[in-house]
Formats: sequence, C-alpha cells, structure tokens
Amino acid sequence: MSKKTIVSFKLNGTATDVMVEPRELLIHTLREKLSITGPHIGCETSHCGTCTVDLDGISVKSCTVLTVQCEGAEMLTIEGFAKGGVLHPLQEAFTQEHGLQCGYCTPGMITRAYRLLQENPSPTEEEIRFWMAGNLCRCTGYQNIVKAIQYAAAKMRGESVTSSHPLMAEISA
Amino acid sequence: MDQNVENHGRLEKLEGIGCSRKRREDPRFIQGKGNYVDDIKLPGMLFAVMVRSPYAHAKIKSIDTSKAKAYPGVHAVLTADDLKPLKLHWMPTLAGDVQAVLADGYVSFQNQEVAFVVADDRYVAADAAELVEVDYEELPAVVDPFKALLPDAPVIRPDLDGKSVGAHGARKHHNHIFNWQIGDKDKTDRAFTDAEVTVKQDMHYPRVHPCPLETCGSLASYDAIRGDLTVWITSQAPHVVRTVVGLLSSIPESKIRIISPDIGGGFGNKVGVYPGYVCSIVASIVLGRPVKWIESRSENLTTTAFARDYWMTGELAADRNGKIKALRVNVTADHGAFDACADPTKWPAGMFHVCTGSYDIPNAHVSVDGVYTNKFPGGVAYRCSFRVTEAVYLVERMIDVLAQKLNIDKAEIRKRNFIKYEQFPYLTPLGLEFDSGNYLPALEKVLEAVDYTALRAEQAQKRADPNCPTLMGIGITTFTEIVGAGPSKSCDILGIGMFDSCEIRVHPDGSAIARMGTISQGQGHQTTYAQIIASESGIAASQIAVEEGDTSTAPYGLGTYGSRSTPVAGAAVARASRKIREKARKIAAHLLEVAPDDLEFDLDQFKVKGDPSKAKTMKEIAWAAYNNVPEGMEMGLEAVDYYDPPNFTFPFGAYLCVVDVNKKTGETKVRRFYALDDCGTRINPMIIEGQIHGGLTEGFAVAMGQELPYDEQGNVLGGTLMDYFLPTSVETPHWETDFTVTPSPHHPIGAKGVAESPHVGSIPCFSSAMVDAFAHLGTTHFNMPYNSYRVWQHAQSLGL
Amino acid sequence: MIPRSFEYHAPTALPEVIALLGQYGDEAKLLAGGHSLLPMMKLRFAGPGHLIDLRKVAELKGISVVGSELHIGAMTTENELIFSKLVAEKLPLLVEVARQIADPQVRYKGTIGGDISHGDPGNDHPAVMMAMDATFVLVSATGERLVKATEFFHGMYDTALTPGEVMTQIRIPVPPAGTGSSYAKLKRKTGDYATAAAAVVVQVQNGVCSAARIALTNVGPTALFATDAAASLVGKPIDDAAIVQAAKLAMAICEPVADLRGDEAYKTAMAGQMVERALRSAVSHVK
Repeated sequence: MSKKTIVSFKLNGTATDVMVEPRELLIHTLREKLSITGPHIGCETSHCGTCTVDLDGISVKSCTVLTVQCEGAEMLTIEGFAKGGVLHPLQEAFTQEHGLQCGYCTPGMITRAYRLLQENPSPTEEEIRFWMAGNLCRCTGYQNIVKAIQYAAAKMRGESVTSSHPLMAEISA
Repeated sequence: MDQNVENHGRLEKLEGIGCSRKRREDPRFIQGKGNYVDDIKLPGMLFAVMVRSPYAHAKIKSIDTSKAKAYPGVHAVLTADDLKPLKLHWMPTLAGDVQAVLADGYVSFQNQEVAFVVADDRYVAADAAELVEVDYEELPAVVDPFKALLPDAPVIRPDLDGKSVGAHGARKHHNHIFNWQIGDKDKTDRAFTDAEVTVKQDMHYPRVHPCPLETCGSLASYDAIRGDLTVWITSQAPHVVRTVVGLLSSIPESKIRIISPDIGGGFGNKVGVYPGYVCSIVASIVLGRPVKWIESRSENLTTTAFARDYWMTGELAADRNGKIKALRVNVTADHGAFDACADPTKWPAGMFHVCTGSYDIPNAHVSVDGVYTNKFPGGVAYRCSFRVTEAVYLVERMIDVLAQKLNIDKAEIRKRNFIKYEQFPYLTPLGLEFDSGNYLPALEKVLEAVDYTALRAEQAQKRADPNCPTLMGIGITTFTEIVGAGPSKSCDILGIGMFDSCEIRVHPDGSAIARMGTISQGQGHQTTYAQIIASESGIAASQIAVEEGDTSTAPYGLGTYGSRSTPVAGAAVARASRKIREKARKIAAHLLEVAPDDLEFDLDQFKVKGDPSKAKTMKEIAWAAYNNVPEGMEMGLEAVDYYDPPNFTFPFGAYLCVVDVNKKTGETKVRRFYALDDCGTRINPMIIEGQIHGGLTEGFAVAMGQELPYDEQGNVLGGTLMDYFLPTSVETPHWETDFTVTPSPHHPIGAKGVAESPHVGSIPCFSSAMVDAFAHLGTTHFNMPYNSYRVWQHAQSLGL
Repeated sequence: MIPRSFEYHAPTALPEVIALLGQYGDEAKLLAGGHSLLPMMKLRFAGPGHLIDLRKVAELKGISVVGSELHIGAMTTENELIFSKLVAEKLPLLVEVARQIADPQVRYKGTIGGDISHGDPGNDHPAVMMAMDATFVLVSATGERLVKATEFFHGMYDTALTPGEVMTQIRIPVPPAGTGSSYAKLKRKTGDYATAAAAVVVQVQNGVCSAARIALTNVGPTALFATDAAASLVGKPIDDAAIVQAAKLAMAICEPVADLRGDEAYKTAMAGQMVERALRSAVSHVK
C-alpha cells in the first residue's frame, strides 16, 4: 500500500478534502468517502458512462480518473444540479419526456448532457446522439433521452416547453 | 358546467388508467438519490470479491489461502471446504438441479466461483484475491452441445455419475439433462407424410446476456443476537430469494428479510440466486458483520445467467396455397454446466410451446433436449417470458421460409394462416388457450402505414439494378407472446404457485398505501399501480404510495419477470381496489341512509341513483371508515388480494423493418422500424411507449451484435463492453410505434403486459429483413448476430 | 478492477519529467489521458511502481502555426482538436479522425501524444500521422530529436521512443491548395477500435493526382504505410479504376490478426473498402 495523500477540490461548490491512496479511483472516492452515490459503476472499463462527472469543465468517466489527479479541481455531480429545491431544466426534462426508466444511467446521462448544452445550446438530434454516445442506457432506447435534451435546451434558451406525452391524450370523458 | 368538461377535470385529477402520468420514481433518480444495492453502506461493512477459475474444465488439486488470509485487512477467505460443514457448498437451482456455490473439487466452466475473499474494502479484497493460490489440473472442455452428447465426451458433471433420471425424467447420456416433448407426434408426422409441401430449417439462437447496466450484488447483514438476517439484493423476485435462503440456511423465513431496493435494470438477469449472494450471507453469519459483494461487468457477462443458446430445427407442412398443416420442432438446448434455467418447475423449456404463434396450425409436436456443456449456467428469459423469444423466433422464421418456398408474399402467407378473431378463445395443438387476439387488422394497419406496396416496388427496382451498392430487405413479424405466468395449476417455482399479491390500506385522510409482491426495475410500478387503484377505487393516484421489494412489509409475490407484473399483480391490484370500493359503497350507503344497491360509483364518489346531489366522496368515506361504519362492520378500509390467474395473457403485435445492407462491407442500416403492439387495455401510454422503445433497442442489440462465443478450450470471448454489443445513441435506430386495443377477457381490467413484446417480436423481424435482403439470391436463413463481419461472410458465400 | 499500488508524481515542467524517468527507469509509466493505461492497470495487466502524470506540464499543451507547419502539443486532447478552429481550417483530417475515436468523455481525456506513443496498431492517429507526413519531437536527458511518423512505429507497442524519452510535440505540414483528405473507419460501434481504417491525403491538379499518401489502421502490427497503393494513383485521374487498383495494392500489405471483429480475410477486404471510401471522400474534399 502506498502512502496516502490529502487531495482538495471543490465538489458541487463545497470545498472538500479527502485522504486517498494514489491508486484510488475518483468514482470510489465520491461514492465511498463523500456519500456522492449519484454517479454509478456500470462497467469499470470506461464504456458505459454511468460514472460521468463534470471535472473542470469537461465530462469525464470517473472510473478512469485517479482522485489524486483532482487536486484543485472544480467538480459537479448530479447532486449539485437542483438549486434551492428547484430542479435544473435537464432534470425536469428527463421526467417530462420520460427519458429514464431504471434510473441507473440517469445521473451520468444528465451530467453529460449538461456539458453538451454548455458547448452547444441548440444541438440537432444528430448532434445529441453523437455527443451523448459515451453514455449507455439499456432501458429507453435513447429516443426519449434525445427529446429530453431538446426540451431542456429549449427551456435553457428561454423558450416555452411542453411534454410530448400529454397526460390526457388517450382519455375521453 | 358542461358534464364532459367536469368529468374531464375529475379524470385529470384522478390520473387513472389511460393517463400519461409522469413517473413518481423520477424525482429520486434525476437527483442522484436512487438507492441501489451498492449505494447502501452499513457500519462495519466489509467487501468481498470472488476468486474464479481461469479454466473451463479442471480438477482442483489444492487451494492455498494462507497468503491471502495473512494480507492486512483480510477477514476471511471461504472455499468449498469452509461451506461443507454448513452444507452450503452446493445449492439447488430453480430447474431442479444443483449448482456448486464454491467449486467442490472441480470446475466446469471458465470463471466458476472458487473462493470468496472478504476484506476491509474493495482495494484490499482485490489485492488479496490475487494471493489465493489454486492448483488446477486442466481437463478437456466441451462447449458444443452436439459434441457433448458424443459417447466419449468429457464428463461435465461427475457429481451426477450414475444418475439416469433427472428432475425432468430420463437422462440418456452423461451430459444429457432432459428430453421434453409436447404435442401429438403421430398426427404431426402423418400430416408431414401427407403434405403437398414441406420446409425445414436449422437455426441457432446464440448465447446472449441481458446485461443490465447495474451488475448483480448483495449486502448481507446478520444480527447474531436477534438471529435476524437482512439481505439487500439485486433480485427481481425477493420473496423467492427469501424462501431459497430459508431452505438453504434453516433460518425461518420469519427471521429473514430480503430487500430489493432500486434495481438498475434486470431483463431476466436478476431472477436467479447466485453463488456470490450465498457467500455474502454465509460470510456475514460467520463474521458477524455486514458483507457486500458486487460483481464486475465481466463477471456479470460471464457467470450470472446467460439467455438462449438454442439450436432449433423447424419444419412446416402445408398445402400449395400456403395453408399450414403441421409444425414439427426439435431443439438442442445448451444449458451450460449446471441446469439453472429459470422456468416454471413443470416446464423445462418454459413456454416454448407457444411456438405455433399467431397461426391456425392443426398439428404440432415439439421435442427439446437439455444438454450440459463447459459453459456458465443460466437460460434466463432475457426480456421475455420463459423461452418465448426462442419460440416466436422459430415460428416467425419458419413461416418466412415457407412463403419463400411457395413464392407467396410474407404478409399474404400470414393473412392466410392467422387465427381468426372469431376463433378466440383458441386452443392450440400444444395445449395453450389463447384468450384473445385480432391479428389481421393489426397487420393491415402496419402495411398501410409504411406503404408496403411501394417498399416492395423499390426493392424490386434495386434488385434489378446491378450497380446498386446496397441490398434492401423488408422484414415482417406478426407475433403472439405468452406472458403473465401463471396459473398455479401449471406454473410454480420451487412448489410455490405463481400467483401475485396486493395489499391496500386507505388512511383516514383518504390517502393510501399499496404494497405488492412484485419489484420494478424501471417499469414504473409506483406510477402505474397507483393509476389502476385510482380508476378502481376513486382515490387520486397522487394520494397513493406504492411500495415493493421488502419482504417484511410486502405480501408474498413471485416477482417481476416474464411481463407478469401487469397481468398478475396488476390484477391483484384491481381486485384489492374493488374490495376497497365495495366496502366503501357500504359505508357510503350507511352515511347516505340508502341501500348499497341504490348507489352508483362515479369516478371518485358514490352517488344516489336518480339523485346525484346526494353523494359521498372517497375522502369522506375513508374518514368515516375510522369512526362511523355500519353496524357489524369492522373499522378500517383495507384489502388484500392474492391473484391466481385463470390463464396467461397473449399480447401480440405486427412489426415491419426495412434494412439497407452494404454488399461490400456487410454494414447494415436500419432505415425504418414500425412497431404496432396490442397489449390490451393501456394503463399509461407514455410508459408503454418507453417500454417499447427499450424492448426494440434490446431486440436490435441481440439481432445485430450480441453474442458470447467460446473457443474450443472453453474460454468465453467477448465478456467486456468492448466486445459485447450494447448500442449507443448513435447505433440505435429511430422507432415508430402504433397500437390497437384488444382487451384480455379474463383480466380484471383487460391488460396484458407489454415490456417484452418489442424484444420478442423485433428479433425475428430483424432476421426476416436481413434474410429478405438476400432472399432473391436463394437465402432462406442465416444466423444472428448480423454484425458486418457475419453479413459480409454471407454475402461472400453468395459470390457478391 | 482495482489497480495495484503505485507512487504518483505530478511534475510541472518537462525537465522534471525527464528527471523522474531517469530516476525510476522501467518502474515508471507516463500518464497522459489515462484511457489506455488505467484500464490496463485495473485489469492488473500493467502494474507500474511509479506513475508520472503529464497533466501539469505546460510545454506539452497548445496548438500553433509555425512556418508551414502546425505544431500540436502532445497533451492536446481529442476534443481540443475537434473544437480547434485552427485545426479545422488547416488540417481538417485531424478533426475527422478525432471524431471517430472512442466517445465524447474519452475524447476529453485522450491525447494525441498518448494515442501515438502507445504504439497500439488499433489506435487511429498513427495512420493519419503517416498520411500527413507528421514529425514527432522526442525529448530526453540528452536533448531533442525529430522522428518522422513513417519511421516511428516499429512493432506492436514498440516505437522509436527510447527509455527516458518523452514525446512533446507533433509537427504536421499544412497541406497546399489542391489537397483532399479523409479517414474512413469501419467499427462495430462507438468506442470500438477499427476493424480496419484508412487515412488518405491526395493532391489533385487539373484533375490529375500529383501526390498521394495512404496509411492503414489495425491491419498489421503497426499502422501500415501503403506506398505502392499511393504511388499507383500518381499521374492519373482518381477515377473508379484507379481507386479500386489502389485498394487492391493496399490490401496486399495487410497482415491482420483475427479476433471477434473478423478473420484475416474480412479485415483485409475491409482495409481495401476503407481505402476506397476514404479516397472517394478525399477527392470530394479537394480544395
């Protein structure tokens, strides 16, 4: 076992110190030491994207980042999205467009979509599909995830938005 | 106010059946507050990893755990020898076989469980696992079920030496598990002898894996003082796990609490009981501390429950007009090293006998042989009911083959053979009673929506053009599923009938809690069960909490798989709601001083017939249930229902797929996929659409890329997400969905289940399209998966 | 999936990196984006005693035009290449290849220098570097040397890099007017290595090919520089016949290894197909 070191970074706006071995992976530090269990572990080979966090303005798979590499970093996880009880437009969008089912990929998916919309506030469907391809979902078939990201993008641009699944569409009184 | 507008408003508030209600599960998931097994942390918790065999077949000469045990932070290293005194080194499987919990002297598949290392955390456990020294003597492996049945094939299961009878009858070879037959063989054979036309086709449904994004795992916590065992587990059937754990451990079920918390997808992978679960329980009992075991992705893909691996030969007998006279099927089923199929006890090939499909076939016979090989155990239903995907694949492929032989269009031959609407209920030659169906309008709706005639014209044009770089294929399926297992007269698991249950308690303020024996893995039960209760009892869905997955609070149920939640538990929910409603009627009658029969139920209240100004809302009735009930009535407003379904349900659909295949590279583009599903009554259209998108995507993955092949030495290939095909948003096609509604006549609300239809129905549709792309060159079938390599090989074999 | 223990170093300047490499020798590994090395370490296929993280070394970053060349710091990430207006304008091929590597998250971390230095024939930059006639700057305690891409790759995971040496920069000549380029990659899905891929750069003057460079990915122990295929194009129009002939010559040098992506025959055929695809695309890109 190698000597542990203290690593300091800003996590969802809060100054945070942790003591880790150099080999400790960021996903384990977040989940085991910092009670950040939104990001999940799905493959450990950097394919699935469930462990995605935002690190210094880029989306990373935290299973393939060492915690010691995060000294001085600014980190955003799904836990940092809602502010003062108000959901982030992406969070609202995933519910309104039914962009999730089992929920396991959702934190990584939303975190990745956040960075995408920072870089491209009006992505086309093709751009969304291309730039979301680092996050696997086994439940939704992505179609409603694409819609959710479009919904959130519109809302973040200040446009009015409605769910494409009206509550009463198939009900006649 | 206009009555319709008012009713609409009340319906909107009720959020009952038919509403696209937004999911009640979502707030926790979108905020990172889901609670999956690996999210749970207990004081003093230890972490465990499994040491696994690198060989597919070997004797274990010795295991030396001393170095691992001496590694700082290690608490225990378990082997079969440690489990023997507890009689836990073997466990029963759901299929009547036994499976080694930890290898007992030999290993019979690669990555088999050999030792269990328990340590302070996952880092220490990983280090110590490397220090366990196992001395193996490698033996020849057999991975081909046909070779496994040769006289001199290696003996895969020495523990069964001399056992000529297994759980499902006679074994004819040391690697043979069972032969199961159904149907009238003589009549079927005669129909073939007399037939004007016969066709025969071999096909392999490859070994695949459900691969939910969350792997399997468990956290066991044994309290030695109270004698209580609590296990958080990734299980689609927590009550069944409790019964199995009780049987294995001799702890009474009253002292065992199994909790399935949030589950990150199941798709059949999380039905079984796995060695890691058992070891975490034993380790917790031995060490007196909570022990967590979470498998890695590769462990998941190569040890916990494959699906399919069916080698099928189908034959159809027909007349010259394409009217089918008989179906004959022979299957060699590769079950791996232990028979751990998840099937109802009496049916070792599950509901494979739904293989006569949507067609009026007078004669049929099926024979299935189960075979051991040096591959990991399983045989689970991957997003389908037991072996239904295999069955539907068989018949949908065969009717295409027959159409091709007779030069009849694939849509037309289906129309000629459909079971007609007026024939329902329809008894199939293999003994199933299809409750309902209306196949012709469904197919016609699809053909019209895609302009089938124009597609065929385009295809003809492309086939005529030698310079066209692509081959166009059109696939059609018109499938019937069988779900909702099932009637206890035919379906049980470990002797327990496959009923399901619901308990509802209405609180004084008119809100309610409902608990079920099922467990959602993404299906949205918390949302949809509440909608059923809302429509049936008049309590607004927003006022209903739905709980599942905790065996200490939920009534016994058989769990969620095989699309059984809506057909079985959903029925229990409706019936329990009706019991609430009927008690509420009596209370309302008492409050309004009329006879119960003088009242009519109107959405959320009881009204006096003929005098609608006199009414009591469910909210008022709930309050009265706790202070003012009729003479002789018990207080409270609760109901429990255990529902043993009278029959299965039979969702159906008509799918059409268009592919463009690059002749030179084998790359395939799914240009269009149109899916029409009929799941009977539609509870939540938004969720139905989501389930269909997901099922189609999993079907696409299976058809176009998923496979767990083995080399001759028994090494499993492709056990990582680099190789195992999980499509991303880039690869996944765009889906078009549609529906018809043919309610189930025996289900209380007419619902049939939907989540698995798109998987079951889409896979043969992709095959139909891929074969169709080459059909003009004489191809009648080629095996999945249709990755570009395999498609190119096929194109090459045709000289393209 | 837990790496073995190691010591971690995060030097801030190149001389420190060189010194650490000198100090720890074989025990040390350089960490760039980490998406090749860390997975190997998690599988315990690799277990370096010392990890030297290059993320803080400023000399290894940056993209600039120097004379007729583009100079790219070895620690430039794939997404930085994709988002760079300079690269898009001067070397569109580099954007095209970067977009086909791995997935978005991996591209934020994966670096051009790491992709090249690893010596993995499945990586995409080596063939592109050959096709673009890139030169690599290698620095060690004894100084700096320049190595051409065509001379750099010696075998599977074997490159011109000597112990103690670091790749610091990639220098690529900005192509003249009349150049078209393309990278065609056949892969099973997002995130996969190429079944086969081809990088081509062609110059066309008055409808006639005046120069061509072709290189292939993942059909040999290294990226393969297809000189005969390229030479066959020069001096004539790049028409269907010429394209098919070049593809055939490229296929002749393939020596792929069979795996789940395909057997030797398939991969060789696909190398030919990718050459054809890339050539057609390159010709359409000529400007």
